[in-house]
Amino acid sequence: MFVNAGTQVLGVLAVDPVPWARSQMAFTLAFHIILVPLGVSWAFMTLIANYRALRHDDADALLLAQRWSKYMAVTFAVGAVTGTVLSFEFGLLWPKFMGRWGEAFGVPFGFEGIFFFTEAIFVAIYIYGWRRMRPWAHFWTGVPIVLAGIFGAASVVAANAWMNSPSGFTLDSAGNVTSVDPVGVIFNDAMPLETAHMLVAAYLVGGFMIASVYAVAMLRGRRDAYHRLAFVIAFTVAAVATPVQMGVGDALARWVYTEQPTKFAAIELVPRTSSDVPERLLGHLNSNGTVTGGIPIPGLASWLSDPSTGKSTVVQGLDNVPADTRPTTEEANVVHLAWDVMVGLGTLLFLLSLWYGAYWGLRRRLIENRAFLALAACSGVLAVITMEAGWVVTEVGRQPWIVYNYMKVEDAATANTGVWVTFIAVTVLYAALGVTAILVLRGMSRRFRRAGGFNDTDAPYGPTAMSRDETSAEEGAVR
Amino acid sequence: MSDTVAVVLLLAVAAYAVCGGADFGAGFWDLIAGSPDQGARPRELIERSIGPVWEANHVWLIFIFVVTWTAFPEAYASIMLTLFVPLTIAALGIVLRGASFAFRKSVVTLGNRRLFGAAFAASSVFVPYCMGAVAGGIASGRVPAGGKAGDPVDSWINPTSIVTGILAVAAVAYLAAVYLVWDARRDDDTELVQYFRRRTLVAAVVVAAVAAVGMVVLHGDAPYVFDGMTGRALPVVILGVVCGFGALVLLVRDATLGARALAVLAVAGLVLAWGVAQWPYLLPETLTVSDAAAPSGTLGALILIVILAAVIVGPALALLYVLARRGALPEEGVPDAADPVAHPPAG
Repeated sequence: MFVNAGTQVLGVLAVDPVPWARSQMAFTLAFHIILVPLGVSWAFMTLIANYRALRHDDADALLLAQRWSKYMAVTFAVGAVTGTVLSFEFGLLWPKFMGRWGEAFGVPFGFEGIFFFTEAIFVAIYIYGWRRMRPWAHFWTGVPIVLAGIFGAASVVAANAWMNSPSGFTLDSAGNVTSVDPVGVIFNDAMPLETAHMLVAAYLVGGFMIASVYAVAMLRGRRDAYHRLAFVIAFTVAAVATPVQMGVGDALARWVYTEQPTKFAAIELVPRTSSDVPERLLGHLNSNGTVTGGIPIPGLASWLSDPSTGKSTVVQGLDNVPADTRPTTEEANVVHLAWDVMVGLGTLLFLLSLWYGAYWGLRRRLIENRAFLALAACSGVLAVITMEAGWVVTEVGRQPWIVYNYMKVEDAATANTGVWVTFIAVTVLYAALGVTAILVLRGMSRRFRRAGGFNDTDAPYGPTAMSRDETSAEEGAVR
Repeated sequence: MSDTVAVVLLLAVAAYAVCGGADFGAGFWDLIAGSPDQGARPRELIERSIGPVWEANHVWLIFIFVVTWTAFPEAYASIMLTLFVPLTIAALGIVLRGASFAFRKSVVTLGNRRLFGAAFAASSVFVPYCMGAVAGGIASGRVPAGGKAGDPVDSWINPTSIVTGILAVAAVAYLAAVYLVWDARRDDDTELVQYFRRRTLVAAVVVAAVAAVGMVVLHGDAPYVFDGMTGRALPVVILGVVCGFGALVLLVRDATLGARALAVLAVAGLVLAWGVAQWPYLLPETLTVSDAAAPSGTLGALILIVILAAVIVGPALALLYVLARRGALPEEGVPDAADPVAHPPAG
C-alpha cells in the first residue's frame, strides 16, 4: 500500500525532462545575458571617465570612475556566479551533447576560462589600485579588463556560433568525433559576424542601461555636472554602437539567408519557397501553412536578402526541409515575433541616438528636453528586450538542432526526470538574486550620495576593511 | 598527452580544494561562531580573510569542468548524468553562498547581515559535502563508463560518499582554521589566535578520525582505491599525514606561516593521493584516462591554454597580492581617493 502510493507519487513527479531542461537553460541564460553587457562594456566607460579625470583634472569624472568601478564589481560578482551555474548546467542538463561534442565545443570555453580569470583579477586590481598605485599606472590596469571582457565574450559566442555552424572536426562512421582542429572549431563560419553582433550589442545595451539610470536622475532634477557627465559617457557609447549594430545585423541576416535558410524562413515567416517575398510586420503562421495578419510590405524580404537581384530573389521556405528538421509552427511564430521586436526596438533606439547626435551636432551641447530624457530613461529596458529578442531569434531559430544538422536537442538532454524540480528551485533563487542585486546597487548609490565621498572597502572585490591600527593611522592623516 | 591533461586536472582539483576549500571552511566557522555578539569578532576576521579574491576561486571549478568536458567528454557525461542530485545541490549552494557573501558586505543593517550571513554559512557547509560525496561516488566505481547514468541515489548516498563528504567538510574547516590563525596573528590579536588554534586542533583530530574510518570503508566499498592508497599512493599519503601533523606542531610553536604552508600541502596531498590511487582510471575499473581522452587536437589546445594561463594569470595574481599586502602596511598614509594627485610614487 505504502510502496504503491510511493510509486504513484514518483510517477507523477517523473516528467519529460526535455521541455524543463530547455526552460531552465533558457531562463538562466536569459538572466546571465543581462549581466554580460555590463561586464563587457562598463569597464570601457569607467576608463573614459578615469581618462577624463586624469587628463582634465576633473573631480566629478574621478568620483564617477571610482563609483562605477564598485558597481561594476557587484555586477561582475553576480555574473560570475550565474556563469558558474551555466557551466554546471551544460553537463547536468545536456550530458549527451557534452559527451559526444565536448572535445570540439569545449575548446572555445577553455580560452574563455583564461579571459574570465584575467578579468576577475584585474577588476580586483583596479579597485585596489585607487589608493595604492600611481594614477596613470592604475588607469592602465583597467585596460586588461576591457580586453578580457571582449575576448572572453568572443570565446563564448564562438562556442554558440559553432552550434549554428559546426566545423573543425571529423567523424567516424558511427558519428563519433575522431579528430579536432581547434582553429577550425573557434573560427567557424558563423563566428565572425555572430561575435561582432554580440560585442556591439554589449556596448549598445550596456550604454543604454547605464544612461537610463542617469536619465531618471536628471528627470528628478539632479542635473549637476556629475550626472550629466555620467549620462553623456554612457549614452554616447550606446549612440555610436547603434548604427554600427544595424550594419552588422544586416550582414548577419544575409549570412543566415545563405547558410541557415530554414532559420531565415522562420524569421521572415516564409512557408513555401518563392520569390517576391513580402516583409511582414507581425502576422501569424497557421498550422496549415498559411500566413495571416500583420502588415506585408510587398517584395521587401526578397529585396533585402539580395539587393542585386531585387524582388526576384528566391527565399527558401520552411517546407524545403522535412518537418522534423525545422522549427515547429509555434517556434517559427516565436522566432518571427522576436525578430520583429528586435528590429522594431533597434530602430527606435537608432532614432533616439540620431536625435541625440543631431542636437549635439547643431547646438554643441547635451539635449535636456524632457521627452528625450523620458525616452532615454526607458532605453535601458528597451535595449535589454532587444538583445533578449535577438538571442531568441538565433536560439529558437536553430531548433530542433542543438548542433546544426548533427544533433537534435531532444537527443542531447538528460534523462533525469527531476529537472522540473531544479527548474523551480533555480527560478526562485534567481528571482531573489535579481531583486537583491538591484536593492544592493540602490543601497550603495544612496550611501554614496549621503557620504558624498568614496571609500573602497565595501565592494565585493574591494580591499578588506582596515584593521584598527590602519584605521587610526588614516584618521590621523585626515585630521 | 592525455596523461599530461589528467595531471593538470588533478592539480586543478587540488588547487580548488585548497583555495576554494579555505573559503568554504571559513564559512563553516562563521556558521558555528554563535550569537551575533559572541561571534562578532571571529566573523569579522573571517570576512576579511575571504575578502579580496573569493570569486577568483570559482574559476578553478569552472576550469575543472571545462577541462573534464573537453578532454574527457564521455566520462563527464557519465558523471553529470549519475551524480545529478549532489551536483545540482552544489550549484545552487554556490549561487546562494557567493551572492549572500557579496551582499552581506554591501548591506548595513544587522538584520540583513544576519540573513545573508546565515545563507552564506549554511551553503558553505553543504557545497563541500556534496563535492566530497561526488568524489566518493567516482572513487568507489559507482559511475559507469559510456556516457550512461548509474544509480541516481546509491551513487552519492553510500558508505564511501558519506565518509568523503564529511572528510571534505572537516578538511576545509581544518584548512580555514589554520589560515585564520595566521590572519589573527598578523593582526596581533592573541585572543583570536587562541580561538582558532583550539579549533584547528579539534578539526585536525576530526580529520584524522574520519580519514581512519574512511580507510576501513574504502577497504570494503572501494577496494581498487584502497589498494592504491596502501600501495602506489602510500608515499603521498604519508607525506600528507606528516605535513598535517607538522602543521599542528608549528601551530603550537606559533610558526603560523609555516603551519599554513604545511596545512595546504596536507589537504593537497589528500586529493593527490586519491588521484594516484585510482590511476590509470578516470572512472575506477571501467574507464582509463587514455581511453576517455579526446582527440589530440583538443588535448593540444588545452595544454596551450594551461601555458597561456600560467603566463597571463600568474603575474596578475602576483600583482594583486602585492597590492593587498601594500595596503596592510600601517605606515601607509591613505589620502582621500577623491584627490587624484596625492599619491606617493609606488615603486
